[in-house]
Amino acid sequence: MSYPLPRIVITSIGLTAPNGNSLADYRQNLLNGVSGVQPLDVRYMGKCLAGVCDFDPLKYQKRKEVRVGTRAGSISIYCAREAVADAGWDMDALERDRIGIYIGTTEHGNVETENEIYAISQFNYDTKYWSHYHNPRTVANNPAGEVSLNLGITGPAYAIGAACAAGNLGLIHATQMLRLGEVDQAICGGVSESIHTFGIFAGFKSQGALATHEDPAKASRPFDKDRNGIVVSEGGALYTLERLDDAQKRVARIYGEIAGYCVNSDASDYVLPNPTRQTECVRKALRSAGMEAADIHIVNTHATATPQGDIQECGALRDVFGEGCPDTNINNTKSFIGHAMGAAGALELAGNIPSFGDLVVHPTINVDNLDPQCALPGLVINQPKSVAKVDTILNNSFGMLGINSTLIVKRFIP
Amino acid sequence: MTKEETKQVMIDIIADVASDEDFTNIKPDVRLRDQLELDSMDFLDIVMELRKRHNIEVPEAEYPQLASLDSCAEYLTPKFEALGK
Repeated sequence: MSYPLPRIVITSIGLTAPNGNSLADYRQNLLNGVSGVQPLDVRYMGKCLAGVCDFDPLKYQKRKEVRVGTRAGSISIYCAREAVADAGWDMDALERDRIGIYIGTTEHGNVETENEIYAISQFNYDTKYWSHYHNPRTVANNPAGEVSLNLGITGPAYAIGAACAAGNLGLIHATQMLRLGEVDQAICGGVSESIHTFGIFAGFKSQGALATHEDPAKASRPFDKDRNGIVVSEGGALYTLERLDDAQKRVARIYGEIAGYCVNSDASDYVLPNPTRQTECVRKALRSAGMEAADIHIVNTHATATPQGDIQECGALRDVFGEGCPDTNINNTKSFIGHAMGAAGALELAGNIPSFGDLVVHPTINVDNLDPQCALPGLVINQPKSVAKVDTILNNSFGMLGINSTLIVKRFIP
Repeated sequence: MTKEETKQVMIDIIADVASDEDFTNIKPDVRLRDQLELDSMDFLDIVMELRKRHNIEVPEAEYPQLASLDSCAEYLTPKFEALGK
């Protein structure tokens, strides 16, 4: 494009993570090494390790709304309400048809469908016992739609399906819509209710990619030689994004500025990642931000603690950041909270944004025995690291069917 | 089952369906929708719960029989009795 694009800034963050229901608590737990992983009873499977959130849905919903809606809807409403409050938006003063809601999800509808099949199994599979709420619960736009209902927002509200890259995609899509002038404010990010479907646990187990460990807090261990798979988690992180001039007009607190991004596809396998395309994604994001690799101060990795996936991402990152990047620190948030699927990108970015203020890089925990193939320069292991400068964060999120996303956020400087 | 017991069955179901509502002063002769925040989907829930919990079918044409607690008792008590309850 030949004209300057509007600058887009982050003006609030609302979240629920397995180890915190506010940005402040979550960040503190990331700095204190507190995991949010615990044993969870999963239908047909027994105890599995999972990241479980304990926010109170009744803070923003009636009991009936919780019963009729979905867990993804409740997570979305909680995060959206927290974000709107944090942003200081006066909802009565805003044009509600000019607010967009863009929520990334890995999948939606599995939880609700499994619940209904289980329910009718108690009635000899007679479908007259099938809930009339099944369709509104399982439409792909459900989480965003529940937010629009709860907040009375009449602008575009939809979900973005992008596997485990979806959290980044929510932010990227909102940035694009704000730049196009389609909306004036955006609520965006990603959510996941995936721990409530046995299918995702069973699928990863069949794939040999479901984490086990006698100590739940040590189960999610990217880059460790003894890593053995993914800890599935629920959660959400929704941001408010605004064009800079609008944010400045209302003297908004600004957490950071969207600097650049890239979304690309592997076109090579259903499940296996492709480090060549991951490298391309990171390099294109840097280009879109007008940055060099050495300009990046924190790289938040996607690594999920699968034996092969971590090595491949490390290979991609080594290509970009392996040499000449003395100020680049690399970490991983999944080591604390597990893999929050559609929420992962958005939650992991949120966990790092406070570094602009406190100049501390949260570590990758549970690395007792670093895998030499994952020994990246700048990897922050087990203990937080104080640094002289954090002006940029690069957030990777990759997903099945070969979707890759890289989002770069920079310190806001007027 | 007595009519009073039928009314209690209905209150138990409605309390689960409309769990935000206050049932302390509910009047048996007044339409439920005039006293409680119930919509058409809630009535489908009530019909479903009668089916699931008590094996009672309410045909769509007879939904108006569920208008008040008194009308529920008149309509449902014979159905419970027919099931030997």
